[in-house]
Amino acid sequence: MPKLITQVGCPYCGSSCDDIEVLVSDDGKKVLEVHNACTIGNNLFHHANDSTRPMLPRKRQPDGSMKEISYDEAVDYTAKTLLAAKKPLIFGFGSTNCEGMSAVGRVAEKAGAVLDNCASICHGPSFLAIFDNGYPSCTLGEVKNRADCVVFWGCNPMHAHPRHTSRYSIFPRGFFTQKGQMQRTIISVDPRVSDTAKLADIHYMLNQGHDYELFDAFRTVLRGHDIPDEVAGIKKEQILQGAEAMKKARFVMIFFGMGCTHTDGRNHNVDIAISLTRDLNTHTKASIMAMRGHYNIAGPGQVWSWQFGFPYCIDLSKGSHAHMNPGETSSVDLAMRDEVDCFVNVGTDAGAHWPIDAVKHVKKHPFITIDPNFCMASEISDLHIPVRIAGVDEGGVVYRMDNVPIQFKAVLKGLTGVPSDEELFDMIYERMCKLTLTEPIWLAALEHRKYPSVVS
Amino acid sequence: MAEILIKNGFVIDPTRKIDGDVADVAIKDGKIVDTVSSAAKVIDAKGKVVMAGGVDVHAHVAGPKVNVGRLFRPEDKLFKSPMAQKNGYRMESGFSVPSTFKTGYDYARMGYAFVMEAAMPPLFTAHVHEEIHDTPIIDEAALPVFGNNWFVMDYLKKGEIENTAAYIAWLIRVTKGFGIKVVNPGGTAAWSWGLNCLSLDDPVPYFEITPREIIIGLMKANEYLGLPHSMHIHQNNLGNPGNYAITLDSLKLAEGIKPKNKFGREQVMHSTHLQFHSYGGDSWANFESKAKEVMDYVNQNKGITVDLGCVTLDETTTMTADGPFEHHLNHLNHLKWCNVDVELETAAGVVPYVYDKNIKVCGIQWAVGLELGLYATDPNRTFVSTDHPNAGPFIRYPRIIKWLMSKKAREATLDTFKYKDKVIDATNIHSMDRELTLYEIAQMTRSGPAKCLGLSNIYGGLAPGMNADVGVFDLNYKNMPSDPEMIEKAFLRAACFIKSGEIVVRDGEVLGHGHKNTIWVNVKMPENPQVMRDITQSFTKDYTVGLSNYPVRDYLAPHPFVIDVDVEA
Repeated sequence: MPKLITQVGCPYCGSSCDDIEVLVSDDGKKVLEVHNACTIGNNLFHHANDSTRPMLPRKRQPDGSMKEISYDEAVDYTAKTLLAAKKPLIFGFGSTNCEGMSAVGRVAEKAGAVLDNCASICHGPSFLAIFDNGYPSCTLGEVKNRADCVVFWGCNPMHAHPRHTSRYSIFPRGFFTQKGQMQRTIISVDPRVSDTAKLADIHYMLNQGHDYELFDAFRTVLRGHDIPDEVAGIKKEQILQGAEAMKKARFVMIFFGMGCTHTDGRNHNVDIAISLTRDLNTHTKASIMAMRGHYNIAGPGQVWSWQFGFPYCIDLSKGSHAHMNPGETSSVDLAMRDEVDCFVNVGTDAGAHWPIDAVKHVKKHPFITIDPNFCMASEISDLHIPVRIAGVDEGGVVYRMDNVPIQFKAVLKGLTGVPSDEELFDMIYERMCKLTLTEPIWLAALEHRKYPSVVS
Repeated sequence: MAEILIKNGFVIDPTRKIDGDVADVAIKDGKIVDTVSSAAKVIDAKGKVVMAGGVDVHAHVAGPKVNVGRLFRPEDKLFKSPMAQKNGYRMESGFSVPSTFKTGYDYARMGYAFVMEAAMPPLFTAHVHEEIHDTPIIDEAALPVFGNNWFVMDYLKKGEIENTAAYIAWLIRVTKGFGIKVVNPGGTAAWSWGLNCLSLDDPVPYFEITPREIIIGLMKANEYLGLPHSMHIHQNNLGNPGNYAITLDSLKLAEGIKPKNKFGREQVMHSTHLQFHSYGGDSWANFESKAKEVMDYVNQNKGITVDLGCVTLDETTTMTADGPFEHHLNHLNHLKWCNVDVELETAAGVVPYVYDKNIKVCGIQWAVGLELGLYATDPNRTFVSTDHPNAGPFIRYPRIIKWLMSKKAREATLDTFKYKDKVIDATNIHSMDRELTLYEIAQMTRSGPAKCLGLSNIYGGLAPGMNADVGVFDLNYKNMPSDPEMIEKAFLRAACFIKSGEIVVRDGEVLGHGHKNTIWVNVKMPENPQVMRDITQSFTKDYTVGLSNYPVRDYLAPHPFVIDVDVEA
């Protein structure tokens, strides 16, 4: 009998929907049907059926071809490469679980590595703004139950977070928002007529790169001052109308995305967005939230903050203390200055997402990919180590875009012999300790560790 | 496990009324025993003080708002953290909000064995337990917050204590929590609409229940269940001039309630960080200490325990589930402000704060915290805390002990104040000559909090059968140093600390990660169909996570010590 597993978490976007239903085959090895998920999420589950999924590490040979090797060999190579490198860079972690992120901390400390995650090329500017100005936010349930004015600034959830609008932000009928969309004023700020903009009650089609001015105009109006007849290409009357809608609302929610963090102004756009939220709180209740991209990209920011005190760009190479200075210790900058001599790509695809020049630089040195799938990074790697897919054949904790931890379930039995990220990093750490003749330092007594180090 | 014999120390153990007798403490298999074999490892404690491991009743050490404090304050790191130990232990980071590793190490260095995470938002339980998992050495438990929970407010409005209790039993079980925490009852729920409850009779918007009803209802539910700990409350109107009046009114609510439990607990209300709630005056200009008035009441009422929440005059990070207070504080100091409103349950705010000795109000706050400790007639009901990190980081406990034990140290600090005379005028600290003894300090940091938490059979004493958590401190009981700085130094870095029968600290250096436990309470109560129906319905309609993903999974609390509570119907 096929088995229907309910309330499954989806390993795609930052909405981290946990209401997916997956029908799996009797032997627990095949996904038959996926309900409730968006198209992308649906495909991610079905992809696990792909019979060509890698089951063994593959190492590049002198002739350029890839050859399958054992996990022992792969672990040994990784441990030796990390130890030999002066400043390895371990990057990624958008699409894996927090257990792996916790385990990699030990490896990175031992290796004297730089630990960085996809925020570096994504919501890093948001972190900079949060360092300066704070982050008055809430969980997505508050949005669903209370928000009657929702602003999407530089983000397009209809495409990037397909179920965000139906689960949390536009359509759902919440406790104090029984009329759903009817009760909400939707404002979209986007230089394009995106599909989210089409849904909006007010669409500000501002001049590209002029977000800061428009934020500033809203703040100026809310503080009772006059503004010019046109700001950032938007007419004064329209700005007054939006400001009035926010001021009159009982609960204003501002979502912002790459349109703020990766356009002119970057962290300054987010900074003033936070200031606008603070200002609004003197009139009504207001919150702000970053539209985090991957289902667990908020995870490394959390895990590494509790382990090292910083969410990203963490340089552990000094050995005595962690050091963060984006621009100096951020992945792409390190790569462009050719400061790293080993690159480990984990749970992401730097090959696809990085500037090509940065990829060329890291490619000069040993390049290791730890990822369940073939991707551009895996195909240019010196070593590709497959792991289980967090959210499909491996469970674990992931942090949704509002930093709520969701405990994901595994729906499939993992491929035989393929470890999870956590197991793999623990094996690498043990190997590094053996090579350096040091005692491994586990957090808890050996008998209390979460997972045994031996992979079945 | 090896046997250990701690020889010839000055043993201080209030649970057995031992005050400085020279004696040996024997340890076997993680427990204190009467005798050990000659093979035991011997630790020479001659001329040193031997006490049980410390018990911290209230600190914010793990969870979402603690981590916000770490994440958004890079300035709290580089020049304020020590470098890693040379022996290859994990890197340490952070001053006011230390990393999980530094939290475990620093508590162990101070000889602390148990720490209560003071506020766990239930929706974020997995996060709290992940951090507890990554905190080495110390045993930890966490108190889920209930004072602004929709279920609780709804049941209590209808007067349904049994349903409230059934919901609490369920929530404590699925979150692997420890007891009932209440933060600004009603006020935090009001904050979801940008409002607050500043008096005991301010109704909560929509729920139309008052803080008074929430406090009484939760105390009743706590005793209905017979939990090890009492209701643990952060009262309304924290931090404002004149708030001692509402503090006294809230404390008086405990009068009608009788403790009912099998854990030796005698109080029905633990009123936390009392310093923040003992202010007179009606503005910052005539702000003054009302520590005497508050402590006079506490001293007379056995149904109440308190912890001090001493201001340590540091730059720190305030964080509390009292969301409206943090918003208010942000308007006072204009620094950065984080806030998280949590659906159906609670909220939290985080704001950095500088307790500056050049500011009169900060000086008065410092005095209020110490006055509370010095006015206490029962140190077994008055505990050392800083509401870490709100009034100061926990690594200042030794400094608080120094101030409590030495008038000379207090006067030296008063002398550094810019507005010394104004602080003296607004407080009583300058006229107080009391100096607490090591025995009283052991009550305030060991036996007292252990009893208040219902854990007196395992922590806080050195009787055979108790957990082998033993600290050795470089203080000569018979010949205490004339320089009070030596007291702080001795308590900051234990000469030796044994946790669960294993030496984890020697001369202030961490030597091992020991055997850490997560302690949680398993409340066994017959299933209540109405409450389960309400929970299911609410998760279907109001929450954004699935009910089956809500209970924290076992592997996240991998070495549990579970306290079973059977609820008699």
